[in-house]
Amino acid sequence: MDGKLKQAARHLTETPLLELGQMADDCRVVLHPEHIVTFIVDRNINYTNVCVNKCSFCAFYKDEGSPEAYIIDEGVLMEKISETIALGGTQILIQGGLNPSLNIAYYSALLQKIKKMFTINIHGFSPPEIAYMASKAGLSIRETVITLKDAGLDSIPGGGAEILSDRVRQLISPRKINTATWLEVMKEAHLLGMRTTATMMFGTVETPQDIIAHLEAIWRLQGQTGGFTAFIPWTFQPGGSVLGREIIDSTGHATAVDYLRVLALSRIYLDNIKNIQASWVTQGIKTAQVALRFGANDFGSTMIEENVVKAAGVAFMVSKNDIIGAIKSTGFRPAQRDTYYNVLNYF
Amino acid sequence: MLEWHVSLRVFDKIYAAERLDSDDALELFHSDDLFGIGRAASSAAETRHDKKVYYTRNRHINPTNLCVNRCKFCAFSRSVGQDGAYAMTIDEILHTLAASASPFNELHIVGGLHPDWPFSYYLELISKIKLHHPHVQIKAFTAVEIDHFTKLSGLGLQGTLSKLKAHGLDMLPGGGAEIFNEGVRARLCPEKIHASRWLEIHEAAHNLGIKSNATMLYGHIETYEDRVEHLMALRQLQDSTGGFQAFIPLSYQPVDAVETTRYPSGIDDLKTIAISRLVLDNFPHIKAYWIMLGQKICQIALFFGATDIDGTVIEEKIAHSAGASSAPALTTAEMIHLITRAHKEAVQRNATYEEVQ
Ligand code: SF4
Ligand code: SF4
Repeated sequence: MDGKLKQAARHLTETPLLELGQMADDCRVVLHPEHIVTFIVDRNINYTNVCVNKCSFCAFYKDEGSPEAYIIDEGVLMEKISETIALGGTQILIQGGLNPSLNIAYYSALLQKIKKMFTINIHGFSPPEIAYMASKAGLSIRETVITLKDAGLDSIPGGGAEILSDRVRQLISPRKINTATWLEVMKEAHLLGMRTTATMMFGTVETPQDIIAHLEAIWRLQGQTGGFTAFIPWTFQPGGSVLGREIIDSTGHATAVDYLRVLALSRIYLDNIKNIQASWVTQGIKTAQVALRFGANDFGSTMIEENVVKAAGVAFMVSKNDIIGAIKSTGFRPAQRDTYYNVLNYF
Repeated sequence: MLEWHVSLRVFDKIYAAERLDSDDALELFHSDDLFGIGRAASSAAETRHDKKVYYTRNRHINPTNLCVNRCKFCAFSRSVGQDGAYAMTIDEILHTLAASASPFNELHIVGGLHPDWPFSYYLELISKIKLHHPHVQIKAFTAVEIDHFTKLSGLGLQGTLSKLKAHGLDMLPGGGAEIFNEGVRARLCPEKIHASRWLEIHEAAHNLGIKSNATMLYGHIETYEDRVEHLMALRQLQDSTGGFQAFIPLSYQPVDAVETTRYPSGIDDLKTIAISRLVLDNFPHIKAYWIMLGQKICQIALFFGATDIDGTVIEEKIAHSAGASSAPALTTAEMIHLITRAHKEAVQRNATYEEVQ
């Protein structure tokens, strides 16, 4: 075990980049020998931007009293969903801030309404949101997940993980749930038969050891439950947040080379998670294409909307055809998938 | 479609330090062995420059976007009277330079073929710049512009270039090469000078002691064969003159006016840089031009044989008119950050690759 951690540390700091890429590429070929790269057509809907956590890296949140604060209008939400379905979408990703004026009854009613009107997978509420609902309602995490699942929640996105190291969390998001709680939400969901993803946001104040601790925590939980469908590493986007200004002034942001290194290590380390997503939203299309040779086998989502990242100054105009074209030009075969990585269509 | 996992006899040649021929180059373009190609190119780069990666503090001046050529893939040029058309006087250019907040040691001057400006405008422009900025090197006028000047000056090619040199021209940029294959060129940019003329102009410049760069615009309607033909033509000229300093592959950015929406993938960009490094064994540098590639691919290219990332570039009008999405300028600190995060040594250079400071 110790050997594995040491080797991972070497990969993050010493192994030549192209050697590391080659190793990751070889791992990817073993798991995905068909040269297929998948993507999902979905829409990211941010139901509220009010958040009590005020994480230092977040350019999205607003105070309750801010003139820009919002809770999504239900009509607008339903309209967005029907647009998504019209565009061939199979999933909506619903996430938002920790808004003190919303409670679990609101979420349950919302889920029920969506399910009544549409046949679509609801991928929603990252662990910080679920833990917040639980504490406000005086329910356990397990009870909260059951309530949401019964109301129509299908799967859970892996956001809010940032770096699963409490030392780092204390520094960049002290009010956010700790590592144990993040893992608990995922574990309960998995035990209830729900599938989730896992993410990692790096490029802030973490050390290589923190990154490895994160991978190890995810790998261990996956060993117990098998509930993670995919792992999605991405870099902190410095634009527009408090932390961004500090990082730019001190060590400088994570670069494309840092991204490829962490991505490749993720593919090598997480041998029990089948899919690794490239993040074109944070890296741009061209680097995401390169990522397909550094361990990634999935191009993520068409992201009809991405407010959280957009607020940090990253805006990409991309359509389903752009994604298909981007994958094709790398020599891989594009395939639209559903939430569970079943292929729906080849292109 | 790429061939997956071909075994490459060409690596034997590379590691025996043998010169690659056209078939070898083609085999590399058709191969999916991104890592093998990258490692070979990287070691070719390190043999020449160790861990050094060069950057410069430069400024771009585009004196006018009026152009009699109006190439169809050019989003920069305008016709007289058209919205957004402009032409700067020499005084305006001097003012812009005088007002520059950040220091620069290289000036890159390219522009449209103005319908009315006489040859004397260009001579006066560079001599006045030299007068006010004696330490700045002037890299100016693509072969397309030089060809245009020969018509204005009536001095012939050698005479025109000598005059420019005498007035302060230090080197020629590599633009206007596009892709040399005449068939593709006729479809892509029939308005431009022929490939043979481009090569003739650079040869004449080299013979007068004017160094130059070379470019290749790829990822549009050309084939891998066309790319190889282009590289081979450059290598041949370099064998006889030695006047090229850097080769700059330019990744095509689609514009509506051209019959393709295809653009190169990030993987193609990296492979093209790497293969250029391997084939152009007589070129000192392969440049990853961040304005066209974006700073991320540009940084990754440092592992694929690139040893130059151009400059801080203030005012890059041409690529941005075509919708390049990279930030319009990079600070020196950002350049150094990209290079050092790739575990390379950042070296500031001037236009002729002398180390600065
Ligand atoms: S990152 Fe999430 S939890 Fe933190 S402030 Fe932003 S919305 Fe709130
Ligand atoms: S590419 Fe050059 S020659 Fe062609 S129209 Fe544009 S400025 Fe003129």
